[in-house]
Amino acid sequence: MTEKKTIDRRGLLKGAAAVAGTAIGSGAITGFPTIWAQNIKNITLRQFGTGVSNLNDIATRCKADTGITISMTAMDTDAAAIRAITQPNSYDVADIEYFTVKKVFPTGRLQPLDIKKIKYYDEIVPLFKDGKVTPTASVGQGTAPCRVSYVEGASSTKFAPSPTEWMTLIPTIYNADTLGIRPDLVGKPITHWKELVDPAFKGKAAIINIPGIGIMDAAMTIESLGLMKYADKGNMTKAEIDKTIAFLIEQKKAGQFRAFWKSFEESVDLMASGEVVIQSMWSPAVTAVRSKGIACTFQPLAEGYRGWGGGLGIAKHLTGLERDAAYEYINWYLSGWTGAYLNRQGYYSAVLTTAQKYMSPNEWGYWMEGKPATAAIMSPQGQQIAKIGDVRDGGSYYDRIGHIACWNSVMDNDRYLIQKWNEFSVA
Amino acid sequence: MSTTTDTAAARPAASVKKARPGGSSAGAWLLATPLAIVLGIFLVIPILMLVIVSFLDYNSVQILWSFVVQNYIDAVSSSATWETFAVTLKYAVITWAITLFLGFWLSYFLAFEVRGAAWQMGLFLVCSIPFLTSNIIRTISWIPALGRNGIVNSVLLHFHLIHQPLTFLLYSQFAIILAFVHLNTLFMVTPIFNSMMRIDRTLIEAARDNGAGFWQTIVNVILPLSKTGIGIGTIFVITLVMGDFVSVSIMGGGQSASVGIMIQNEMSQLQYPAAAANAVILLAIVLIMVFLILRVVDIRKEL
Repeated sequence: MTEKKTIDRRGLLKGAAAVAGTAIGSGAITGFPTIWAQNIKNITLRQFGTGVSNLNDIATRCKADTGITISMTAMDTDAAAIRAITQPNSYDVADIEYFTVKKVFPTGRLQPLDIKKIKYYDEIVPLFKDGKVTPTASVGQGTAPCRVSYVEGASSTKFAPSPTEWMTLIPTIYNADTLGIRPDLVGKPITHWKELVDPAFKGKAAIINIPGIGIMDAAMTIESLGLMKYADKGNMTKAEIDKTIAFLIEQKKAGQFRAFWKSFEESVDLMASGEVVIQSMWSPAVTAVRSKGIACTFQPLAEGYRGWGGGLGIAKHLTGLERDAAYEYINWYLSGWTGAYLNRQGYYSAVLTTAQKYMSPNEWGYWMEGKPATAAIMSPQGQQIAKIGDVRDGGSYYDRIGHIACWNSVMDNDRYLIQKWNEFSVA
Repeated sequence: MSTTTDTAAARPAASVKKARPGGSSAGAWLLATPLAIVLGIFLVIPILMLVIVSFLDYNSVQILWSFVVQNYIDAVSSSATWETFAVTLKYAVITWAITLFLGFWLSYFLAFEVRGAAWQMGLFLVCSIPFLTSNIIRTISWIPALGRNGIVNSVLLHFHLIHQPLTFLLYSQFAIILAFVHLNTLFMVTPIFNSMMRIDRTLIEAARDNGAGFWQTIVNVILPLSKTGIGIGTIFVITLVMGDFVSVSIMGGGQSASVGIMIQNEMSQLQYPAAAANAVILLAIVLIMVFLILRVVDIRKEL
């Protein structure tokens, strides 16, 4: 008897959920889906992405605030792109980078996002809309987020050159990358990209071993040396690729490089152990070296930064209640707590106004305004990363994001680039 | 196996069919079926798919369903491919020579110098202790030892044996070979030790009685009788080194190439057909090497 009752009740619940799902799916019910909050509580969304933002702290906080369970898988940049394209049913939410979008979106694995459902859309920084941080700033070369932010319609996979109502990703995170140095070991001020290949650092330099990003760092160095001027570092011609790789091979044979790193951890180890004193680096890797008590600077350079950005996309297969939960999750993501969390690691959040509410004036001044810290600055994990009076490397938000020379990119000649990069690997 | 055939041949023709190994009786087929299914699903089908994909076209995001041989043309027409295969082969040969030397003498010591089966097995198990951790961990643990400020350099500097840290110790070909030898020596020791344990001790006594010295015994008795073990160990070491990409990238600091790394690079850029073509070429080369080894050594004797 008891058993029968249970089954009946379960069946009833299923039916109710199905009806609710159909109602939402058919568009019969529109607007902000908070009325389904009870149902959303039981939903699990599968998210994958790079290690930079797939953090358990975020999932835990999301569960507490919204009731939605986010099951996160962290992987490296290349693996994330492969997952997005080759296993579209293995995820609900994709946390990927904009240059990956250039590859992923035309395959139809993700669905365009309706900006009307994004609560903080108007407050998203202009970088992801028209691409300009300030009215006078120029958009960097390469796959700048604004070039792949929008598609032409609700079911389109064609990128739109100017803002529409349909976004490819809702931006969440971005940064300006440069060279990391060991100020205690370089022995002189570092001001230009060309110092990566300074003979003084022979055997003590490193670059990233991801072809599309590594070649960009090499191009910045070549331009800085005055050897060549690129029309677009983010989309090189075959001749430009040839020259850049030839330059890298020449440097490698001369023994300039100690290593080529592929993962975040490798870059931290190379720097912390003193194997390398100048290298391509990511901002949290600099923070990680510093939290070991070792001096490390994310050195601003005259030629500018290499930018990257990432955001959340929704898989094509997601519909109904689950899709509403995904929108709810994205709205929560932009509502401030996560933004502050990311800002405190040295990244930037896409909606600054909400993040500011979760940061102290001291934190905001240090991370965003380039002001000296008035109290110790702590990482989200509680380690001290700056003391009173310290100023952030590169200064304020506008000083850093306003000087992006090029963005992480996918080139039209990327098949050729990989072949040439293999030649560099074996040289 | 040969014994069975001989016996069968000596019997009247009527019973030959029944006793022949691999005969057509239902029982034999039934017994072979599970292995055939397992090999079919996990070996034959994947390799067929690999070969098919290697002939497909691709763009920057996906595989295109049209038959091309461009992937093979790209591979063999690029000097990078040849150099990469040459470097990988070099690692395999050097590692093979060193592990063979170590494996032979370690096995010799265990089989002929150590007295008592309990000691022999005990010491053999000691050899396998490093295998209690994963090979990635065993590789990574060399880094703190060999680095610029690592243990080796610190000790040498402390005793004033060197004045500058030795940088060739890490992120170099030396480091790569060191890791390969460390990882693969046991694969040489095990089969050689196994072969040596089967050598009839009276043969060695006979050699001595006939006036053979130490080296003559080694060269004329022990070496030929350990040939099967050496052959099996060689196959293990060569195939493991040829297919490696983790050790080379960790110990080479990304500075050195291997076929495995090349394939991994291509896969990470979604160039599956190019990766498949290189994998097929690698597979063919390794199979040819194994075939040549089998021509020299009759492994069946061991089984």
